[in-house]
Amino acid sequence: MSDPMRIRAQLSGSTVDVRVLMAHEMETGQRRDASGKTVPAWFIQNVTATYNGKTVLSAQWGPAVSKNPFLSFRFSGGKVGDKVVVTWVDNKGGKRTDEAAITAAA
Amino acid sequence: MRSERILTCITATTAALVLLGMSALAQAQSSSGAPAKPAPKAAPAKAAPVKAEATRSSNATVREIEKYREALADGNPADLWEARGEDLWKQKRGPKMASLEQCDLGLGPGKVKGAYAQLPRYFEDTDKVEDLESRLVTCMVMLQGFTYDQAKRAPFGSPDNKPAMEALVAYVTANSRGVKMNVGMKHPKEKEAYEIGKRLFFHRGGPHDFSCATCHAQDDIRIRLQDLPNLTKKEPAQRAYTAWPAYRVSQGELRSFQWRLFDCFRQQRFPELEFTSQGSVALTMFLAHNANGGTYNAPSIKR
Repeated sequence: MSDPMRIRAQLSGSTVDVRVLMAHEMETGQRRDASGKTVPAWFIQNVTATYNGKTVLSAQWGPAVSKNPFLSFRFSGGKVGDKVVVTWVDNKGGKRTDEAAITAAA
Repeated sequence: MRSERILTCITATTAALVLLGMSALAQAQSSSGAPAKPAPKAAPAKAAPVKAEATRSSNATVREIEKYREALADGNPADLWEARGEDLWKQKRGPKMASLEQCDLGLGPGKVKGAYAQLPRYFEDTDKVEDLESRLVTCMVMLQGFTYDQAKRAPFGSPDNKPAMEALVAYVTANSRGVKMNVGMKHPKEKEAYEIGKRLFFHRGGPHDFSCATCHAQDDIRIRLQDLPNLTKKEPAQRAYTAWPAYRVSQGELRSFQWRLFDCFRQQRFPELEFTSQGSVALTMFLAHNANGGTYNAPSIKR
């Protein structure tokens, strides 16, 4: 199982600023190992973020996204204390869901 | 584009002239109290623009590199190592099924906050000077019952190797963020380690006849985008030491200070620096003590 994501969700004005750090190898499938064999591709394909059951972000990713990716996005209409849930699914079927409560901007 | 360059050149020249004028004035006033003579102002001004232009363009490069680093800093993946390290610190592991929560990093058992800013230091229980990594090895052996070999095995991360060591290092160092470096040198063994470290730093050897000082005893030099801090001076030494460990974007791994030294030795074509060896701790002692007074601010992120 992969490591948990680090999610920060901050309300400033009427928009929620969400920053997500994911732990993933993000292998492109182009690299070879020490013995010359191709390292099979392994990367996050789908990312979704929901707020109160409603999808606020849905993305399709490919092998060009960096290792341990960092994602930042904004949506409007969030409330302090409510939860933002982020899920990723990779091309091997691996999956991870984490959540964070929205905090007020400092 | 072209006119812009001419403009910057002119600005630089003017700035240089103003500076020269001011310093000449200040000098004249402070030395004799007599009014500044106009003659010495004109003479050095001819040579000045070239120097000023060179400094200016290198400053612009440095500024752009700074911007790039700032852009990277938000969302530093070192956070992932910190989180994993905190779990590992509290997790019951090893033959004795114990956590590291009773590990004494120098401030008493279980005290993590600010501990890294005072390492390396002398520990009575082992009768040795230890840096963070060697102290963690000691704790893994004494508290958790691992063998030394197990605790030290493959300490640097790669896609197939996710060692506990680097995560623990990230967790402990993060707990010294904002703390002033304060490495003591009271115990004779601490002094000895410092002196050995100093000698290692200046020791020239290997097929390239290199020493650490070959790259790290001059001001304002770089390898591509990497600053080569002058570690013999207080301010750059503080800035360099307090920025390790770091998440290296190009490697996708968090790198500890032991790794930094290990890789410097490799780049010098020295024999492999053994993980947590006496030499590595001594060199860390030298560099950490030179950084005293600097505010610790890591794990950081580097290209």
